[in-house]
Amino acid sequence: MNSMTNESLTIKEAHEGLVKKEFSACELAKTHLEIIKKENKNIFAFLTITEDLALAQSKAVDELIAGGAYLPLLAGIPCAIKDNMMVDGVKCTSASKILENYVAPYDATVVKKLKDLGAVILGKTNMDEFAMGSSTENSAFGITHNPRDLERVPGGSSGGSAAAVAANQTVYALGSDTGGSIRQPAFCCGVVGLKPTYGAVSRYGLMAYASSLDQIGPLAKTVEDARIVFNAISGRDPLDSTSCEIESTQDYSNKKFTIGVPREYFIEGIDPQIEKIIRGKISQYESLGHKIEEISLPHTEYALACYYIVATSEASANLARFDGIRYGYSAKKAKNLLEIYLQSRGEGFGAEVRRRIMLGTYVLSAGYYDAYYLRAQKVRALIKQDFDEAFQRVDAIFTPTSPSLAFKIGEKTQDPLQMYLSDIFTVSVNLAGIPAISIPCGKIGELPVGLQVIAKPFEEAKIFAIAKDLEE
Amino acid sequence: MLSKEETEHIAGLARLGLGEEEIERYQKDLSSILDYIEKLKEVDTGNIKPFTHPVEMSNITRLDEVKPRNKEQTEKLIKLMPDQKDGYLKVKSVFE
Repeated sequence: MNSMTNESLTIKEAHEGLVKKEFSACELAKTHLEIIKKENKNIFAFLTITEDLALAQSKAVDELIAGGAYLPLLAGIPCAIKDNMMVDGVKCTSASKILENYVAPYDATVVKKLKDLGAVILGKTNMDEFAMGSSTENSAFGITHNPRDLERVPGGSSGGSAAAVAANQTVYALGSDTGGSIRQPAFCCGVVGLKPTYGAVSRYGLMAYASSLDQIGPLAKTVEDARIVFNAISGRDPLDSTSCEIESTQDYSNKKFTIGVPREYFIEGIDPQIEKIIRGKISQYESLGHKIEEISLPHTEYALACYYIVATSEASANLARFDGIRYGYSAKKAKNLLEIYLQSRGEGFGAEVRRRIMLGTYVLSAGYYDAYYLRAQKVRALIKQDFDEAFQRVDAIFTPTSPSLAFKIGEKTQDPLQMYLSDIFTVSVNLAGIPAISIPCGKIGELPVGLQVIAKPFEEAKIFAIAKDLEE
Repeated sequence: MLSKEETEHIAGLARLGLGEEEIERYQKDLSSILDYIEKLKEVDTGNIKPFTHPVEMSNITRLDEVKPRNKEQTEKLIKLMPDQKDGYLKVKSVFE
């Protein structure tokens, strides 16, 4: 086996290689583990490398192959899991000091589903602490560097997962997306990233940030790979009451679509070079026989403010569970119960997590509920309504995934609001609960640009069909 | 602008033990974020029903029954406790 040839494989290619016995699952795992170990100092995509687990899993797959058994597509294929999803017996920290020594006591449903299909887990990827951030600089354990330019951020919060895929350290990875945390790093690193419909994928075993927004999805090298992984992890799970079965048998191949391009996503402040690439890509799609229509999503400019009220409110409640008592970091010097809470949380959470807990606590506190939370939920209804109305006229919506390229490490850390603006084109989709994908569609220098395709709830199949035609 | 007292009050509600410097920093940060959020007041939300669920679903319920857990699973959870005795979670005294 030539170790130089099997590191950039897609799921399908790797699967064929395994079936044809061009290489073994163990060899495939080892190749990827070697790359991770060699590059983790520079890129730092991984917080934990699960070498023993990966070798045991790949050995089991090799035995399956030797026995001539049917091989599922994901069997023997290496993957990486964002560190806010539980893998039984493996450290799970959400990149937080408060969970530095926490060992997952069970598998998340998505992890269990992948394991049942014979997936090979290489390790847990770095992220912004509790998925709060857009650059992976909020990790308590170190910054992930963008493999396309090591001086730049990989985006966030699933920056470790995106960087690992981009650097061929894994075939695919799982991320989570609350306001853009899969799509924005996919944009920054030049990979494909899907935020599924709210409810399409079980969150059991995912550490909750904002429960009405969080979704798990794939980061992959191609649209086809993202589709394979999505199909493997989606579906109803009795352990997550918000999850549901998707009944989509519609065939979208060779269809001609009407695409909406919202004028609110081409506003002042977007990098003109990004706009040029996105507009070029849209014209190219039009030339394939699809119809392009300018549309309006009038409440777009309020989405980010709405998001920061909803997300931080939910976060302040979700993160109340970290009390220093049942698990996680517990302050040693505390003299009584109240001091345990104050000190464990004050010392255990990083600056951005504390900031968001503070904001969420404030907007939910007595006297402010109507002015902030209730108003935000009303604006959220209007944002959803904008999409509903648009989808009466168009089949899907195209936008840039982000208004600016991957930025320099440290560039935005002093100004939280500037950092929040990185998510301006992705948060609306979470607020509305609809699916969206980011796919690479060009480069400015070495830095990737990505286009976002948005569709109606549970129309992932349509998104994949459209995205495949857009793929380079 | 949020006052220092308000910021301290919120930190107390959130059970976050913060130092003097951090209180000052969050006072400034939260104020500028709240200024940005003020934007929402421009929207006419008079007759709008607040959003409740991303996907319409009817009530999802299950039987309220005790399910047996294996010992191994229980032990994993006990091992995660910062302080325990004979499998019971140890908590500091509420009153001094």
